[in-house]
Amino acid sequence: MKIEKHTVDHVANLARLYLSEEEKAEMMEKLNSILDYMEKLNELDTTNIEPTAHVIPIKNVFREDEVKESLSLEETLKNAPDRSGNFFRVPRIIEE
Amino acid sequence: MNYETVIGLEVHVELLTKSKVFCGCSTEFGGEPNTHCCPICLGMPGVLPVTNKKAVEYAIKAGLALNCEIAAYSKFDRKNYFYPDLPKAYQISQYDLPIARNGYIEIEVDGKTRRIGITRVHLEEDAGKLIHEEGKNNSLVDLNRTGVPLIEIVSEPDIRSPEEAWLYLNKLKSILQYIEVSDCKMEEGSLRCDVNISIRREGVDKFGTKVEIKNLGSFKAVRRSLEYEEKRQREVIEEGGELIQETRRWDEVRGVTVSMRNKEEAHDYRYFPEPDLVPMVLDKDWIAEIKANLPELPDARKERYVKEFGLPAYDAGVLTSSKALSDFYEECISHYHDPKVVSNWVMVEMMGLLNEKGMEVEQIKFKPEQLAAMLRMMDQGTISGKIAKEVFRDMFETGEDPEVIVKRKGLVQISDEKELERIATKVIEQNQKSVQDYKNGKQKALGFLVGQMMKETRGKANPQMVNEILKKLLG
Repeated sequence: MKIEKHTVDHVANLARLYLSEEEKAEMMEKLNSILDYMEKLNELDTTNIEPTAHVIPIKNVFREDEVKESLSLEETLKNAPDRSGNFFRVPRIIEE
Repeated sequence: MNYETVIGLEVHVELLTKSKVFCGCSTEFGGEPNTHCCPICLGMPGVLPVTNKKAVEYAIKAGLALNCEIAAYSKFDRKNYFYPDLPKAYQISQYDLPIARNGYIEIEVDGKTRRIGITRVHLEEDAGKLIHEEGKNNSLVDLNRTGVPLIEIVSEPDIRSPEEAWLYLNKLKSILQYIEVSDCKMEEGSLRCDVNISIRREGVDKFGTKVEIKNLGSFKAVRRSLEYEEKRQREVIEEGGELIQETRRWDEVRGVTVSMRNKEEAHDYRYFPEPDLVPMVLDKDWIAEIKANLPELPDARKERYVKEFGLPAYDAGVLTSSKALSDFYEECISHYHDPKVVSNWVMVEMMGLLNEKGMEVEQIKFKPEQLAAMLRMMDQGTISGKIAKEVFRDMFETGEDPEVIVKRKGLVQISDEKELERIATKVIEQNQKSVQDYKNGKQKALGFLVGQMMKETRGKANPQMVNEILKKLLG
């Protein structure tokens, strides 16, 4: 697989990154070298290896269904760039 | 040209846990905005989510009740997208290894059983709520709902009409309420539904171009939007046009679907395994235990009503359609001997009043014992069937005992023969023409005279005695 310019554009757009043309060229090169390295891993024979979703060999970590105290309203809104009453305030977004 | 409609449904249901799925914040509905939040559900850096075991149990329970296979191994994945109701910029969901898959629900269509496949049931977290202020350039965000556990139930594209979609939703809701994993209140957002619909020429195997419909606020809206969309798609094809795959929004007021502006890029969620949560290996014994503790489901209960109580299948179906209604009915028949009589009162009078007042079974003021007491008053001849309806309405509105209502309104049935004879004599005197008609063989005239007696007694006369007395006096 080869990363082309339109893929870089697409990924940058999804991540809301605004890149200059030079940066895009640089990204294309870097992403391709990462993929090349992945190709190297493909040389390993993994026929009898279970797919892994997690690197730590732990399973079933659960908690009981108990309500714990939440943060105070002021604490919750402390980092908000903008607020209105008890709400976070953001630029108007309507999916139309 | 004949077309076949193909519909698939995606239903999101909030689970009835006390705390959120990955943190200890309360899931209670209607709290002050942003007061059920903590660093975990706010998506602060460096926090570690831990899965609520009850949420997993409820998801398994739902999977079992929907006849699914439960996964031996399941994991969570991140679904990435930017939206202000999602503070982490990803939703913890399940991608390729959902908790349950390959199930089905049975619905009854025109007296025949149809099986609708369930593709999968997976566990995920809910997003927050956005409030758009009218005329302002801002939106307000409430993150109380962020992290409330949800299951998403995806159907196979097995549904063939808007009616079937409606039946499927009702059955699904009923099952989930029976197993008590969700209250399924659409008005509080604890049940939400998106639909996919396409049409194809009859006999063609390939699916047509599908359209997704959003903004469906009720089961009625689901049915209406599908009816509209079915017709619209047919018209586009018949006019030689081409359908495009798109998302359309249901406009409840105008009763139409409207195309939502197509985003430049298609959704690309870049799912990957959630590194903060370890996989779940679902223990066979645990699954078996949950299965053993499943309550009686609506279909089984319906069958029992037919077999044990001798109810017609129709009655049994209506009574078991909601758990609350069915529980109320069972409580009634534990106080009264005749299940069919109770069924009639519950289905006709009680449900009629509930519809009229827009109320739910849970809001009923009177108790099952009181209905039983009223039925016994009928059996003893204290009140007639007609009066009983009046008493019932009063009892429904006030929650008072039927005895009290009958006394307060002076509704005791007149079964005193002397009294009835006196009234009958008066009625006969005043209606000589009808008397003549009756004597000339017109049976209908008797009915008129009975009516006059009921009018005189404001419906309180014992109807059987009235008939006998009139016949006797008229010779």
